[in-house]
This record gives sequence, structure tokens and C-alpha cells, in this order.
Amino acid sequence: MTAPLDIRPARSRVNLQHLGSQAVNWLKGLIAPAVAILIFLAIWQLLTMGPDANLPTPIRTVSDTWELIINPFFNYGGTDKGLFWQVFTSLQRVALGFTLAAIVGIALGILVGTSSLMYSALDPLFQILRTVPPLAWLPISLAAFQQANPSAIFVIFITAIWPIIINTTEGVRQIPQDYNNVARVLRLSKPEYFFKILFPATVPYIFTGLRIGIGLSWLAIVAAEMLIGGVGIGFFIWDAWNSSRISDIIIAIIYVGIVGLLLDRLIVFVGGLVLPEEQKQ
Amino acid sequence: MQVLNSPTQATSGYATQEPFLVIDNLSKVYPTATGDFVVLDGISLAVNEGEFVCVIGHSGCGKSTLLDMVAGFRQPTEGEVRLQTQTISEPGPDRMVVFQNYSLLPWLTAYENIYLGVNSVFPNKPEAAKKHIVMEHLEMVGLADVANKKPSALSGGMKQRVCIARALALRPKVLILDEPFGALDPITREELQEELLKIWQDHQITVLMITHDIDEALFLSDRVVMMTNGPAAKIGEVMQVPFARPRDRARMMEDPKFYELRNEALDFLYHRYAHDDT
Repeated sequence: MTAPLDIRPARSRVNLQHLGSQAVNWLKGLIAPAVAILIFLAIWQLLTMGPDANLPTPIRTVSDTWELIINPFFNYGGTDKGLFWQVFTSLQRVALGFTLAAIVGIALGILVGTSSLMYSALDPLFQILRTVPPLAWLPISLAAFQQANPSAIFVIFITAIWPIIINTTEGVRQIPQDYNNVARVLRLSKPEYFFKILFPATVPYIFTGLRIGIGLSWLAIVAAEMLIGGVGIGFFIWDAWNSSRISDIIIAIIYVGIVGLLLDRLIVFVGGLVLPEEQKQ
Repeated sequence: MQVLNSPTQATSGYATQEPFLVIDNLSKVYPTATGDFVVLDGISLAVNEGEFVCVIGHSGCGKSTLLDMVAGFRQPTEGEVRLQTQTISEPGPDRMVVFQNYSLLPWLTAYENIYLGVNSVFPNKPEAAKKHIVMEHLEMVGLADVANKKPSALSGGMKQRVCIARALALRPKVLILDEPFGALDPITREELQEELLKIWQDHQITVLMITHDIDEALFLSDRVVMMTNGPAAKIGEVMQVPFARPRDRARMMEDPKFYELRNEALDFLYHRYAHDDT
């Protein structure tokens, strides 16, 4: 990064022009995806127009679920809640499980990365465990916790933790030898080495791990909730399937997709705030 | 008779027997699947206090391995390095290293990079004294005004100046430089060579420097140590550089002795120990 040269002339005039051209560019960028969505909707409409189609047309989907779309905040008690509350409950589980995974994962990753004994002992184990599908953990965690909610949170935890551990470990192991030599010649104390060299050098890798982890968490929660029941976007989908409300499923899927994207962007955004300018990848 | 009893005399008396920095029959062997790989074979060199010694040789001849062992990053297979009769077993701030690729921490400012070392080496100094040391050394290399800039905002020459300032701020006994100006453009390189000479003269510090630039070695050093090609590199020849100090580059270049020495070094590197790239 070099200091940006301020070559903008008179401010007011250019700012307006600048804003205008930015808006135009932004709109131009929207054209292609908008066209793609329209084509997708048209194909969907064509495929589901027949009298014996199993899935609703897009128009039918919207009219069926209009109530859900315009009022995401209703709460009639039990599991009969608006989509906002369903998503919110799922997000709470993800937040808890993911936070735990981040704390434990980063700590373990640093431990394993700094000790070659730990690395050779634990890395093969991590490589095996990370390939286990999230739902395979659910029976075990139900057996251990005996309750639905902690089990779901544990599934999130155990799903998200592997990429966080593995990326953090990799980050620690990739610290340039030069930085370690500097630490050795200066005889930096352990805490000083940790805060001034190890941690800053590892942060970009940690954020890569967190980003993969949050994506996997969101994948896992929908599947886990289908099995454990209660409030949550996963069980909402399963419930809709059992009551043959196919349009509700489609709307819920769109919600899941948008929330997943927002979670990913959130991690990127936080990473952008935390990462020093020099280290952005 | 009186002086013999005083403790200071006793130490310097000992120092006359043993030079400041002694590289004593140093060998480095890496065991490999196909047998031992000898990098350095029996290197012996004595460096006096305040001397400026350049080590020159082709890449791959083990100069960096030699410096790593003086710095304490690697342990010799045989022999040892002694600084003031103490055997070197680990890196320490008494032998500060200026690395080839700057090795400044990119997330710290120039000031913070130097402060990190000062704070670690002089933990008991009051805060104001530590700040003073950092700023004093930034000023020494003419970079006080970019104290709060991060390395990415500095040019290569500025980064290397910060590295030199960081090294000297810790009052090392020996300054070790590993091809410090290799990555710089020729003009900046000459500027930094002159700055380094001035700093060396002001600080009376012992310098051990690796370079592959013959002119640089002749301009800077008291002695040029020429190494033979690896594997099993040895010291081929040690050249005394007789030019008077303080040195002036233009005047040195006019001296016929300069060309004599330069040709001798060139002959050593490109005829007697020509690098075999194939």
C-alpha cells in the first residue's frame, strides 16, 4: 500500500460527477444478474406451467406465501412464527456454536501450529474428522446432551471448528522465518512474540478459516434443525414439507440463501476492519 | 605492576590473547540420505574489535550459513564461534542482524519496529529513555519524519535504514549484515554504503558483512574474506584493504591500488573459483 495520491481537483464539482458515474456503474453491474434471474424465473414458469406439475410456478409461490413475505414478524406462539423469528432462532444457535468453535478452534490451531509434536500428533486426526458430514455428529450429540437445542449447537460447533483449526495452524506454520529470526535475535518474551508477531501474522489465515466455518455452520443448522424440530428455519422447511406447503419451502430457501450470503459478507467485513492494510489478500 | 592488578587491565590483557570475535575451525555438515553434505569446512577467522570485515563469495558458497552461525541461528557441526571468549550458542541482541529482505514487521510502524527491540532488550529503562533511544536512532538514519509510517509506505532504502537503526538501537557488540543492499538500486546502495561507513565510524562497532559486490567490499571494509565455492567451502584468501579512513569513494576509485585489489578479487571469483552453474 502506498499513500493514495490526492489528485482530485475541485471537490464539489467532481464529487457530484463521481457519485453519478458510480451510481451508473452500480446500475450497470445489476443488469447482468437481473437478466439472469428473469431467465431463471421464465424457465421455472415454463417447467411448472403444466397441469400435472409437482412444483408451484413462481407466481403461485408468491401468491401462496404472500402472508409470509409481507409479515415476517408475526408470532402466534409455538412454532407458528414469522420467517424473521425462524431465521433469528437459527442464527442464535449458529452464533453460539460458531463463537465457541472460533474460540476453541483458534486456540487449538495456535497450539498445534506452534508445536511440531502436537502437529504431528493431531493433524492426521483433524484431517479425518473434518471430512465427517455435519449430520453424522447429531446422533452422538443427542446421546451426549439428551436435549435438542444443545445438540444442534454442538453440531454447529463441531462442523465449524475444523476449518478454523486447520487454517489457524497453517497460518502459524507459515509465519515467515525472517519474523521468527527477528524474535529470536531480540529475545522477545513469549507474550510479546504472541501479540506482536504470531497473532498479526496469523490473522489473515484465521479469517479464511472463520469464513469457511460460518458457511459450513449455516449449511449444518438447516439440516440439524430438520431433525431436532422446534422453532428454526430448518424445521420450518421440514414442517412445510410435511404439510405439503411447497411454496413456503421455496420462500424459506430464498431466505436461507440470502442470510448465508450476509453471514459470509459479515465475516469479510469484520476481517476488513481487523486486518492491517498490508495483509489483505 | 599496578596496572596488572586492575581488573580492566586484566580483561584487556586477556583480549590481547584472544581477538574480539573468533571463528574457530568452524564446519557445518548436513546429513542427507545420500551421505553427509558439507557446507562449510574448517573456517577460521579472527575479527578485532571495531573492525569492518566483508565476506565475499558466490551464491551457494555458505556465506549465509557462516553468518547464521555467528548470529547463533544455527549451530556448527564442529568448531565454535566466540565473542569476547564467550561461546555463541543462541541468537542475542549483542549480535544484531540486518537481514537481506528487511524483516520489518509490516503491521508495526518504523517507530514501533525499533521500539519492540528496545523494549525487549532494555526492559528496565524508563519509558522516556526508551522513546529517546528509538527517536535518536531514527534521526541517525534520517527517518525521524516517517517514524509513524508502516514499512509498506517506505522505499527499499528507507526500510533498510530502519533495519540498521533497529540493530544499532540495541547497542550490539557486533553488527551482522547479510547482503543488506543487494535489493537496492545502485544510487541508493551507494548512499547507504556511505551512511553505514559513517555510522560505523561514529559507533566504533565491529561489523561482519556478507556481500557479492566487490566494489562495495573494497569501499567499506578493512579486510575482505573471499570464500571458495561450496560444497565444503573454505576461506580462500583474506585481502587487506589499505585505503585511509575516512574514505572517499571518488578518491579511492582513482587509486591504482583499488584496481589492483579489484582485479585480484575478480580473478579469485571468476577464474580460480568461477561459479559452475551447470
